[in-house]
Amino acid sequence: MSVTTLPSRGVALRQPNWIARLFDYKPFLIVMCLAPAIGLLTVFLTYPLGLGVWLAFTDTTIGQRGIFIGLENFQYLLKDPLWWNAVFYSVFYTGIATIGKFALGFWLALLLNNHFPLKSLLRAIVLLPWIVPTVLSALAFWWIYDPQFSIISYLLVDVLHIRSTNIDFLGTPWPARFSLIAANIWRGIPFVAISLLAGLQTISPSLYEAAMLDGATAWQRFRYITLPMMMPILAIVMTFSIIFTFTDFQLVYAITRGGPVNSTHLLATLAFQRGIAGGELGEGAAIAVSMIPFLVFATLFSYFGLARRKWQQGEAND
Amino acid sequence: MTDVAAQPGNSNVASATPDTMAWDSRARRVMMIYLPLACFVLILLFPFYWMAITSFKPNAELLNYKQHNPFWISSPTLAHIKHLLFDTAYPTWLKTTMFVAIGSTFLSLFASTLAAYAIERLRFRGSPYVGLGIYLAYLVPPSILFIPLATVIVQFGLFDSPMALILVYPTFLVPFCTWLLIGYFKSIPYELEECALVDGATRLQILRRITLPLAVPGLISAGIFSFTLSWNEFIYALAFIQSGANKTVPVAILTELVTGDVYQWGALMAGSLLGSLPVALFYSLFVDYYVSSLTGAVKE
Repeated sequence: MSVTTLPSRGVALRQPNWIARLFDYKPFLIVMCLAPAIGLLTVFLTYPLGLGVWLAFTDTTIGQRGIFIGLENFQYLLKDPLWWNAVFYSVFYTGIATIGKFALGFWLALLLNNHFPLKSLLRAIVLLPWIVPTVLSALAFWWIYDPQFSIISYLLVDVLHIRSTNIDFLGTPWPARFSLIAANIWRGIPFVAISLLAGLQTISPSLYEAAMLDGATAWQRFRYITLPMMMPILAIVMTFSIIFTFTDFQLVYAITRGGPVNSTHLLATLAFQRGIAGGELGEGAAIAVSMIPFLVFATLFSYFGLARRKWQQGEAND
Repeated sequence: MTDVAAQPGNSNVASATPDTMAWDSRARRVMMIYLPLACFVLILLFPFYWMAITSFKPNAELLNYKQHNPFWISSPTLAHIKHLLFDTAYPTWLKTTMFVAIGSTFLSLFASTLAAYAIERLRFRGSPYVGLGIYLAYLVPPSILFIPLATVIVQFGLFDSPMALILVYPTFLVPFCTWLLIGYFKSIPYELEECALVDGATRLQILRRITLPLAVPGLISAGIFSFTLSWNEFIYALAFIQSGANKTVPVAILTELVTGDVYQWGALMAGSLLGSLPVALFYSLFVDYYVSSLTGAVKE
C-alpha cells in the first residue's frame, strides 16, 4: 500500500515542477534568457548589416532582385561629385560640430560643477534640447533660419542695426552648412555637458586642494588635474558623439534636405535620397557602406588617441 | 550662436590667470559663473520659447515684425492648435507614436532584463564577450542599417505597419538597456540571491522576487530612456511607414504638414510643441532617474 502510494506522491510533487526544473537547469536558462535579446539583434541588426554589405555589391532596385555586379557601385561613387561633396561635408560637419560641442559642453559642465542655488533644476533644464525629438527642434531651427522672418536677422537688422539686409541662412551653400552645424552643436551640448559633469564629480577635491597649496593657477589646475582625470570619459563620450554626428540624418533632412544645390548632403541623407526615395537600393547601400571605414577610423582615432594619453598621464601621476 | 557663447570664454580664462589664490568675490562669481550660465540657458531654451510663442500667435502677428514685437504675443490664439487637432490626423499620429513607443519599450525591457540577468548573474563561460557584443551593437548607427532593414521589413510583410517599428527599435534600445541593467544588477549584493538559493527558490523565482524588485530604479531609467528614444526615432519611421495614418509624430509633421511653398509656421510649431510635450512631461517626472541613467551609462 505504502509502496504504491509513495512513488505516485513523488510524481504528483514533481509534475508541476517539471517546467520549473527545466528552467532551473542553468544552460537552458541561460539560452532562454539570452534568446530574446540575441534573437532581436541578430534578425534586425546583424543580418541587415551583412545584407547591406551584400546589397552594396548588387544592382538591386525597389521591386527587383539585383545581381552581383562587383565593385561597380563603388566605382560609380568614386566618379560621382555628389558623393565626394557628401564625404567632404560629412567630415567637415563632424569635425566642426564635435569641436564646438566639446568646447562648449565642457565649459558648461565646469560651470554646472559649481555650487549655486537651483542647481538640480538648471541641470534638468539644460538637458531639454537633447530629449526633445530632434526633428521637432530642427523645425524650430528651420523657422529661426527663415529667409524673411528669421528672428536672428530681425535682431541684427532692426534691433542692433549691425546689418542692413536679412541673412540668407539656408539659401546659399556656406551659410547653410554653418547653420546646420550650429543646430547640431545646440542639440549636442547637453549630452556632452551632463556626461562630463558626471566625470567631473568623480574627481577628488583633495587633488585641487593640494594643487592650491602648491600655488597652481586656475588654468594649471584645469590643465594638469581636470583634463587628465577626464580623459577616459572624454574618450568614450567623444567616440559616441563622432559616430552619431557623422551618421546624422534627421537635422539635415528636416532643415535643408541636402539643398541648396546638394551642398549640405551628408552621406546618410544621400543614401536615403538614392536608396529609398530614388529606389536604387544597391547604390544607397553602397553609400551607407562607404561610411563604415570613416566610422572605424574615427572611433579608433578618438578612442585610442585619448585613451593612450590617459594611460601616459596615469603612469606619470602614479 | 557660437560667437555669443565664445566671448565670455575668453574673458573667463583671461580673468582667471592673474590672481592665483582665488577667494571668489561676489562680482567675480557673477562674471565667471552666472553670466555664462545665463547665456547658455538663454541659447539652449530660446528655440523652445520661439516654438511656443509661434504656436499661439495669430498669422497677422507672425509675419509682421514691424508693427508687433516678435518676442511677445499681443493677442494669443488657439487657432493653430485647433487646426492641428481637428483638421489634420494629428491625434492619430499621437496615438500611433504612443503605441509604438510603449510597445518597443516593453519589448526591449523584457529582452534586456533577461539578457542582463544572464550575463551578470548566471555567469557562464564567455558571458563577458556576449556583453561586449551587445554593447558593440549600440555602435552600429541606424543610418547604415535602414536600407537593408527596409528590404528585411518588406520580406516579413511588415512594411507600412507600426509593428515593424516596434520590432526594429529594440536594435538600439536593447544594447543600451542591457548595459544599464548590468550595472544595476552588479550593485545588488549576491548574498541575497545565495540565501534564496539555499531556501530552495528557483532561478526564475529569484529573478522575480528578489533581483527585479531591487532593480526597480534601473528598470525605470531604462524604461524612460527607451520611451524617449523610440518617441524621437526618425529615420526608420520615415523609411518603413508610407500611409499617413500610420506615421509617427516627427515623421508626420515633416511630411504631412509641410505642404506647398507657403509654410504654415503656426501649425508646424504647434505640432512640434505638442509632439515634444509628452517626452518633456515624462522627463520632468523622472528627471533624476534620467540624469543618473545617462551618467551611469557613461561611467560604465
